[in-house]
Amino acid sequence: MTKYTLNVNGATKSLDVVPDTPLLWALRDSLDLSGTKYGCGVGQCGACMVQINGVPTRSCMTPVSSVGRQKVTTIEGIDPKAAHPLQQAWQELDVPQCGYCQAGQIMSAAALLKDNPNPSDADIDAAMGGNLCRCATYLRIRAGIHRAAEIARTQKGKK
Amino acid sequence: MHFDSKNSDLSQIPKGIASLIEQQNSSFGKSAELSRRQFLKMTVASGFALGVFPAQAQDTPQNKANAAGLKAFQQPTAFVQITRDGSITVTINRLEFGQGVHTALPMILAEELDADWGKVHAVHGSADPAYVDPAFGMHLTGGSGSIKNSYTQYRELGARVRAMLISAAAAQWNVSPDILRTDRSTVIRADGKTLSYGELAEAAMKVVVPTKVSLKDPKNFKIIGKQVGRLDAKDKSSGKQDFGIDVRLPGMLTAVIAHPMVFGASIKSFDDNAAKQVKGVRAIVKIKVDRGGEGVAVIADGYWPAKQARDLLKIDWDASQVEKVDSTAQLKKYRELAQTTGNLHFKADVSQLSSAPKKIQAEYTFPYLAHAPMEPLNCTVHINADASKAELWVGTQMPGLEAMAAAQVLGVSPQNLQIHVQMAGGGFGRRAVPSCDYVVESCQVAKAARSAGIQAPIRTIWSREDDIKGGYYRPMHVHKAQIGFDEQGQVQAWDHVIVGQSIVAGTPFEGFLMKDGVDGTAIEGMRDPYPIPMRLSVHHPKVNVPVLWWRSVGSTHTAYVMETLIDEIARAAKQDPVAYRLKQFGDKHPRHTAALKLAVEKSGYSKRRLPKGQAWGVAVHESFQTVVAYVVTASVKNGQAKLHTATAGVHCNLAVNPKTIEAQIQGAALMGLGMCLENAAITLKDGVVEQDNFGQYAVARITDMPQMTVHIVPSADPPTGIGEPGLPPLAPAFANAIAQLTGKVPRSLPFKLA
Repeated sequence: MTKYTLNVNGATKSLDVVPDTPLLWALRDSLDLSGTKYGCGVGQCGACMVQINGVPTRSCMTPVSSVGRQKVTTIEGIDPKAAHPLQQAWQELDVPQCGYCQAGQIMSAAALLKDNPNPSDADIDAAMGGNLCRCATYLRIRAGIHRAAEIARTQKGKK
Repeated sequence: MHFDSKNSDLSQIPKGIASLIEQQNSSFGKSAELSRRQFLKMTVASGFALGVFPAQAQDTPQNKANAAGLKAFQQPTAFVQITRDGSITVTINRLEFGQGVHTALPMILAEELDADWGKVHAVHGSADPAYVDPAFGMHLTGGSGSIKNSYTQYRELGARVRAMLISAAAAQWNVSPDILRTDRSTVIRADGKTLSYGELAEAAMKVVVPTKVSLKDPKNFKIIGKQVGRLDAKDKSSGKQDFGIDVRLPGMLTAVIAHPMVFGASIKSFDDNAAKQVKGVRAIVKIKVDRGGEGVAVIADGYWPAKQARDLLKIDWDASQVEKVDSTAQLKKYRELAQTTGNLHFKADVSQLSSAPKKIQAEYTFPYLAHAPMEPLNCTVHINADASKAELWVGTQMPGLEAMAAAQVLGVSPQNLQIHVQMAGGGFGRRAVPSCDYVVESCQVAKAARSAGIQAPIRTIWSREDDIKGGYYRPMHVHKAQIGFDEQGQVQAWDHVIVGQSIVAGTPFEGFLMKDGVDGTAIEGMRDPYPIPMRLSVHHPKVNVPVLWWRSVGSTHTAYVMETLIDEIARAAKQDPVAYRLKQFGDKHPRHTAALKLAVEKSGYSKRRLPKGQAWGVAVHESFQTVVAYVVTASVKNGQAKLHTATAGVHCNLAVNPKTIEAQIQGAALMGLGMCLENAAITLKDGVVEQDNFGQYAVARITDMPQMTVHIVPSADPPTGIGEPGLPPLAPAFANAIAQLTGKVPRSLPFKLA
């Protein structure tokens, strides 16, 4: 076992795991952050998506030993009041069905919006193609991202 | 699964299940004869009490007499909690796994309660007898029956609680209850004075539960029929929503099972030396697994060490006693079987087949399909210190049956077995397993762990590979059709054979879903609503692959076969596929007609000019008493078919929550589209499943999505199901568009057009 110190959602967290432990299981089993989900373990479904230094990253494929002091953001840390434009849009449009994949969807979409505040359907498909939803909420995911972009623009205008 | 409500009274439930329910009821006392006091005590004692009203029910003779007239599932105390601050918690007797029942049933109850919707919450019920499906008599989320079977139940529950609150207010004001009205969680007097439900809750608890209540006229509905947002949308957008896999208990350990590579195989020997070296491993135990097989479970501090160690086990399997299925050989055998007549389901004179002016001969093949819900299967089991009691945390569609099975494995009496039903990350039928496979195996792990000296709660998790390879698939099928018809498209004879494993054979459901050797779940969706002289027979070969209902069950294949063949007949008779269908429906199937006409109208079918290379496709199908029609547009390029648009017309009678209905139809349609995609198939070689993760087993992605709109036929009739009916007609509508473009009907799923 090895001791690691991670920067997760702006807080310093210590844990003691074997070095090859994926960040996903460190978050879930050691740090009690269960919002990040296990779906496939091989980078095929995107349920485990987090951001590392703002870049969408599959936590199931990321060994804890490779994270170092980089900034890890999970669904729990994306907005202090869970009121990120995507989260607002997700509620407004009732995007989730079973909801299991939605943390991963939101983490991928948040990274997309940061780079591209006004994405087209094609941009969305390109950015979200790695996130599976077995309930197939995809149409509302598309609509939700457009709506979030709109909310973000309005918020920016107010500031 | 399809449980016809007409056939769903307790007397028709197979003996196996009836005795389970009986046993369950008697272990708590007869549910129908419970006094409210007893009921409260029972729920508190068994840990199922959800606060109910403040536990101050008066044990008066009158109250007893009144409550005795109500069955457990009619008792408001089991379903509604109102706290002093006015917060209203509704207990839901169904699993929430995406279909929105934890919003729709509270809406129905809140409507009759005149509740302030902003104060309504939902929680899962348990395996307590109060939470059975009132039409089916057992704990069941299935057959798209939650709203259909509990619509009146939840209305009456709401109305009962409202009447009790009014009585309490009338007593407090010393006025007649008849002059009081209610609105938004408030009882209002003629002079404008008010009492809130929160203020009245405690007193209302002392009021006699009314046996009879009157319900609102649907035209006065304020909540039902409105676009209402899901109660769980916020938690599901913030990572707050816990699922079964997120259960955390003090000291909890995690287990991963090495399952036999061939279903039902046993173990000659195993070497766990390498596995034992993995840090965090607590125990490695041999267990009994499903279908008489054996497995090895690794119990560790967390999932990662358990999975690592499991993968390091060297197991010498013995598959000598079980069939090793090969999909290619199986298909050949199915095709041969399809040449012969099986057990007859529909009888008809098919002698005109040879003389009919026009003929179609067709063979269709459908592969095994995995449900692959996003949340992998899991179940957490805690056995108490002296092993006399146990608790389970699990997302299940049948908690009553699971509780019985778990109690049996763990050797505890049923009343000492508690199930905490967990929010589930999808299911599509996989969490309604008659053999209770994942619950039983999780209990076997917990039992073996206890024998190995481990006292902790054990959470057993299926890896995605375990899930995809783990069986309980939509059965593989071959259909063979011989059709004779005239120049006008009038069918003179249709001889049809279906080959596929029975889902219900050998399960407690066999007794009432199997008739004359034909599994009702294999043929649902055949023939009707078309007035066709069809002879239908079925072969149910026994194959060593576990099979199960998969969202929309039999209609996953029957709708495809029926709707592509009907389209083909229409084309052969040079008739428009929509006009042909409408003529067939005549005035006998007004809901089919309305759904199809709505989809046609909204899509602009045949009126709108399509981009070059695109064609229209149409299909309509009834399942679970709901009719869904699709009009789609598609194109084919380089052997790849693309679905561009889909317009849905839905007839589900009263639309309780149109926002959810739209979501369910979209999701089901796209899951139906998923059946057409390359690699949407489970195949076996030498008894071993060849796919193991989403890389080899394809499910629909955002890039496969068409543009889609959903339109609902207005109706005030009692609602029918919505979780499944959106799936069946999508693939045939797509196929019919492809046939328009290529002249060839895709006869097998997934599509192989090149």
